[in-house]
Amino acid sequence: MDTGIRLALTLGQIGAVMVAVLLTVALLTLLERKVLGWMQDRMGPMEVGPYGILQPVADGLKLFFKEDIIPAGANKFMFSLAPVLSLVPALIGFAVIPFGPDWTVDVGGVNFKPFVITDINIGILYILAFASIGAYGIILGGWSSNSKYSLLGGLRSAAQLISYELNVGLSIVGVLLLSSSLSLVTITNAQGGGFWNWYFFAWGSFPQAIAFVVFIISSVAETNRTPFDLPEAESELVAGFFTEYSGMRFAFFFLAEYGNMILVSCVATVLFFGGWHAPFEFLQGPESLHWLTGMFWFTFKVYGFLFLFFWLRATLPRLRYDQLMRFGWKVLLPIALGNIVVTAIVEYIFP
Amino acid sequence: MGTFAFFYFAGIIVATAGMVVAFKNPIYSALALLVMFFHVAGLFVTLHAEFLAIIQILVYAGAILVLYLFVVMLLNLKREEHFHRQLLVGVFLGCVLFAEAVLLVLKGETTLGNSLPAADTSVELTRGNTESIGELLFSTYLFPFELASLILLVAMVGAVILTKKGILEVKN
Repeated sequence: MDTGIRLALTLGQIGAVMVAVLLTVALLTLLERKVLGWMQDRMGPMEVGPYGILQPVADGLKLFFKEDIIPAGANKFMFSLAPVLSLVPALIGFAVIPFGPDWTVDVGGVNFKPFVITDINIGILYILAFASIGAYGIILGGWSSNSKYSLLGGLRSAAQLISYELNVGLSIVGVLLLSSSLSLVTITNAQGGGFWNWYFFAWGSFPQAIAFVVFIISSVAETNRTPFDLPEAESELVAGFFTEYSGMRFAFFFLAEYGNMILVSCVATVLFFGGWHAPFEFLQGPESLHWLTGMFWFTFKVYGFLFLFFWLRATLPRLRYDQLMRFGWKVLLPIALGNIVVTAIVEYIFP
Repeated sequence: MGTFAFFYFAGIIVATAGMVVAFKNPIYSALALLVMFFHVAGLFVTLHAEFLAIIQILVYAGAILVLYLFVVMLLNLKREEHFHRQLLVGVFLGCVLFAEAVLLVLKGETTLGNSLPAADTSVELTRGNTESIGELLFSTYLFPFELASLILLVAMVGAVILTKKGILEVKN
């Protein structure tokens, strides 16, 4: 009986999170075009619905009904597997993200945490591990298409992901040293009480602002966004690894990219900006309303980061391949390592 | 439940490990290896070693195998043509190794199995195993740990020297 209730609750929670994420993706496709439009002094999409707000629906329908083409000479099995391998890791990471207060509710004798699907004690490592699995979708998609543009895109992506995933991992070590935990729930709880307790500022200890900058730059690179979008590079590789994809398979890659963006924004919020905590205690409201204000602040911060992604895309030109590698290994990596050393020393002297 | 999980993971590990060597297309071999890494990680989870499980995926599946795929794709090996050359030798060696394993298992039930201490289940859940591993690595096993990192450093320096020709030559 208990197992049944737990299963139902967990499945309901997973469903709710998936719906929220996919709705955000749909919203993002519109928001990105609107924001880019405004930054370039245009209107963005305006035709479908008032102010173009039904554009995501139209795009979704179009992708759904588009002919699914498998190129001649492509490896059919890998070609079908690659989009799935790319989408699943992007969505699976949301399992450990705390969206609201760390409450435990008793439902029919089962302890249930409403705002996090599962609080495993290695949450952040889990996200890193599955983020690195996402590379397989891109590499195999590029290889199986039997096209030189796709293959080049896949190869670039492999090199880029390996280089920048290291910087993501190293830049969060400072936060882990301060919180002495790998669980995202514990890390969030340690940052309550006001914005000076967020690890970006880390009052009374070494601020993780530098680590945050390294993290954000590396995350942009890991999600293949401009200015690090060499794997797709539409002007030189004709969309890179998904040149040959159409219809729903293309939609899967698309969902994976946006899902990864949301995931990275969630992780940045939780690690450096206090998760669901408000910047001041009085903005959090009474204890009984924490779920509402918590969700609000979390969403607010995540959308702030998503806006940053669009902003970067609108302002920065794409890096060249050798610049990308040099920047990752010779600039970001030493900074991240230095941050770990300094944080460890400060934390040892002033525990 | 525990036994069922073990036999599921162990069965898939053996099957996919076999597929790694049996496939003629190196990309399929790499994918079979990926599935195997995940099931090894699953085996670690059933032992309450979540940290090891995630590190297994992060390091082996996330980094090493990606590099391997990278090389395979660069070399564009479609098929391994010399696949069946060593078949006889392979079968012979396989039989010998299998016989040794069977002998060891049969023997282990009487001597080796008894000498192993029973697993201490009282401590395992009181604290996270990340902390336990960290403490063990930096106290009891400090010397082997530092030795391993030194070997890795030597390998890294070696790789740099091998690829950067002329780094050791004196400039005239």
